[in-house]
Amino acid sequence: MTVLGNLCLWLAFLVGIWGALAGFVGGLRGQPELRQSARHAVFAMCAALLVAVFSLEWALFQHDFNVEYVAAYTSQNLPVFYTWSALYAGQKGSLLFWATVLSLFGSLAMVFTARRHREYLPYVAAVVCSVAAFFISVMLFAHANPFRRLPYTPLDGSGLNPQLQNPGMVFHPPMLYLGYISITIPFAFAMAALLSKRLDVDWLVAIRKWTLLSWLFLSIGICLGMWWAYVELGWGGYWAWDPVENASLLPWLTMTAFLHSVMIQEKRGMLKKWNLALIIGSWLLSIFGTFITRSGVISSVHSFTQSNVGYFFLFFLIAAGTASFALYATRLPLLDAEARLESMVSREASFLFNNLLLVGIAFSVLWGTLFPILSELVQGTKVTVGPPFFNQVNIPLGLALLGLTGVGPLVAWRRASLPNLRRQFAVPATVGAFTLLVLLVGGMRDFSALMAIGLGAFVLATVVQEFARGAGARHRQYGEGYALALGRLLARNRRRYGGYIVHTGIVILFIAFAGMAFKTETEATLRPGESVSLKSPYGWTYTFTHLGISQYDALNRQVTAATVEVYRNGKKTGILTTEKRQHVDALGRPTFQPSTEVGIISDVREDLYGVLAGVVGGTEQAVFRFTINPLVWWVWYGGMIVALGGVIVMWPGGTPAVRRTQAGYAVKLVGEGT
Amino acid sequence: MTVTRRHDATLQLSRRGFLTLGASSLFFTSWNMASWRPATLQTPDSLPGTGPSGRLWDPSRAGRPVDPVTARDNDAAIQAIEKRIRCTCGCNQDVYTCRTTDFTCTTSPAMHRRVLALAAAMHRRVLALAAQGRTAEQIIDAFVKENGVAILMAPPRRGFNLAGYFVPSLAILAAGVILTLVLRRWTRAAGREPAVSPHVDVAASPEELERLDRELEKFSL
Repeated sequence: MTVLGNLCLWLAFLVGIWGALAGFVGGLRGQPELRQSARHAVFAMCAALLVAVFSLEWALFQHDFNVEYVAAYTSQNLPVFYTWSALYAGQKGSLLFWATVLSLFGSLAMVFTARRHREYLPYVAAVVCSVAAFFISVMLFAHANPFRRLPYTPLDGSGLNPQLQNPGMVFHPPMLYLGYISITIPFAFAMAALLSKRLDVDWLVAIRKWTLLSWLFLSIGICLGMWWAYVELGWGGYWAWDPVENASLLPWLTMTAFLHSVMIQEKRGMLKKWNLALIIGSWLLSIFGTFITRSGVISSVHSFTQSNVGYFFLFFLIAAGTASFALYATRLPLLDAEARLESMVSREASFLFNNLLLVGIAFSVLWGTLFPILSELVQGTKVTVGPPFFNQVNIPLGLALLGLTGVGPLVAWRRASLPNLRRQFAVPATVGAFTLLVLLVGGMRDFSALMAIGLGAFVLATVVQEFARGAGARHRQYGEGYALALGRLLARNRRRYGGYIVHTGIVILFIAFAGMAFKTETEATLRPGESVSLKSPYGWTYTFTHLGISQYDALNRQVTAATVEVYRNGKKTGILTTEKRQHVDALGRPTFQPSTEVGIISDVREDLYGVLAGVVGGTEQAVFRFTINPLVWWVWYGGMIVALGGVIVMWPGGTPAVRRTQAGYAVKLVGEGT
Repeated sequence: MTVTRRHDATLQLSRRGFLTLGASSLFFTSWNMASWRPATLQTPDSLPGTGPSGRLWDPSRAGRPVDPVTARDNDAAIQAIEKRIRCTCGCNQDVYTCRTTDFTCTTSPAMHRRVLALAAAMHRRVLALAAQGRTAEQIIDAFVKENGVAILMAPPRRGFNLAGYFVPSLAILAAGVILTLVLRRWTRAAGREPAVSPHVDVAASPEELERLDRELEKFSL
């Protein structure tokens, strides 16, 4: 099967090159046969790559340890779930996964693109084929072929890194990959619009679902990554401003900016240059993320093994960036705005400032990520840029952005009048101020947390106000009950109200992040029967009593489990079990260093987080770290609400009037509330 | 009395012997019944899967042995110092996070011991409580002297590093000012020009609108 896989890789590579040439030439010269051939090349490449993936999965499930990749990432006793996910656990397999999913997305774009946008397709096919061919070339020419065989066959493989043996890790990398990869489709349409000089609103309509899809995948991927870090890595947090984490945040920020600014182009015919630059920038940032993860140029806990793959990506990043922006520069005269901004106090202006902050945060994250390299170049000294730096720079920007999340939707398009502003802001501003006052009276003094919760209350009030007014209007106009009116309001204008749900999720996330300012922790050495107490920010006293340690064998690991009984103010809350795991292969040989499994008792107010650090002198006397993390539960549910809002926005349908508006037809510019 | 043992020989036992044997069996059986024994605290050591006397069955499975925690390990001032120093094991984390997270790392515990040693040495010299902040800086300076500025989790605020801290904020501020100026120019220009809508409402008949809706329905992804 590996021979077949290899053949398919070569076939896909050659077809990819042909597709790229046929697409560009056919598109520019208007030759229908070449255009058709480029489209077919995407399908053929996708089929070849799917067979290659099947071949690799076959080798993984057959435990063909003569294949280097199979020996490096699996073992005979690895659970089936993780054997499957080993496909993208390593550098080589993930490159194959990238190329395959890209060709699959490309094929879907070929099939589902509406007839009136078909003119873009040869160029889209060409871009998809070029990018996929690049990824295949890395596998073939940068010693990253997943089908490479070893000169010998080991009795068993090394197994999968224990930290990757977690359900979060099964879903988190593919979701992020899907996010990164799917940005290529909007980028391909942007290139197609530039090449074909069809720069009206059409290309935006063609990519709307794709941009939302990438944003949704990135959002889910980032949240799952945070969850995995929290439950698996054991440091009691979910975001460490690691370069690889930053790399996933960068395109998310620019895509979020695009999703806002594109509304201005759709409604007012403005910001064409900006929107194109955002799409190109987002795609380049997704490639930059891939470069960071794979090159080892910046040290990160998440990086793949250092290899020469990084040089390929750096070259590709520079070449693709230069080509894209050169083409963009030549088309600038065609990208003039069709309308003028009429007032500084308008939704357009507030969206522009929202874009400024989103791109500004992206810039500061990129700046911080690259600053160690810059420092080494300029002053010959490598510095470390860790969480203290990022928190200091980004928390104020994030808070400003949170405030604008509430302001934007309340300001009218074109020009907002003073009575309009007063009517829209009176209740939310009062709610925000009142919340702030209550918190201050309650004794909260952490500035960032105060602002996050106060601004969060303001934004939530704007969302509730919008829903209440919309449902109230329907109730008055159609006599619908409030529940029905609310449902129909959401169903009839999914983009607007789905967007508000996303905003709600973002507010919840910010409030949850603020909770971490009140984290408390302690280390303790406990013999069985001994206890340690820890005060929670809510004033409760938690008592952790060490019950004892048991040792047993599981499928592919030897477990040492410490059991801790937890009491809140003397009342039993639950049992917390934290483990040390020594993973072994099928022959019982240790495969990795012992890993730690966290024990968590979670509720809406706070998480109790216990980690078994180790045992003293081979006895049951154990060292624990206990942490109380307030509001962590809300990070996961905030993330789910963001995803739910994204799905609602993407869901096809809506009223005919809304569909016409979104398609760029007959946009009626109303004074407010649109 | 003759007690016959099945399948083999015959065991001779007197009546007195039989009664003595029965009474002793009853006594030892009852002694072993938990509810008759004197109440003693059952220690968790006797949980299944553990070794005798509180020792683990196989200590090697429990990872690297660790030292008991001392009060100084939980000292907030020590932790604050360690959160500013990067562990040199390559994990990219601060000493505190690494030593309380990656229990296979031997570097961060060693760095922790160094911090404690420096703190103890300086504490002897510093008597006034107000000088504690100075102590923290001295400990960090000692690490910087030994390892360079890369040992810090955030670059020191001097020289080129100031660019690291202020370029993002200044860039955003400058972009904000430029954006405001451009927007003001646009709004003034728009004020002079008659308002032109980029999209004109289409004067369509109901049939045409219905056709457009059908087409859009068809084209939606």
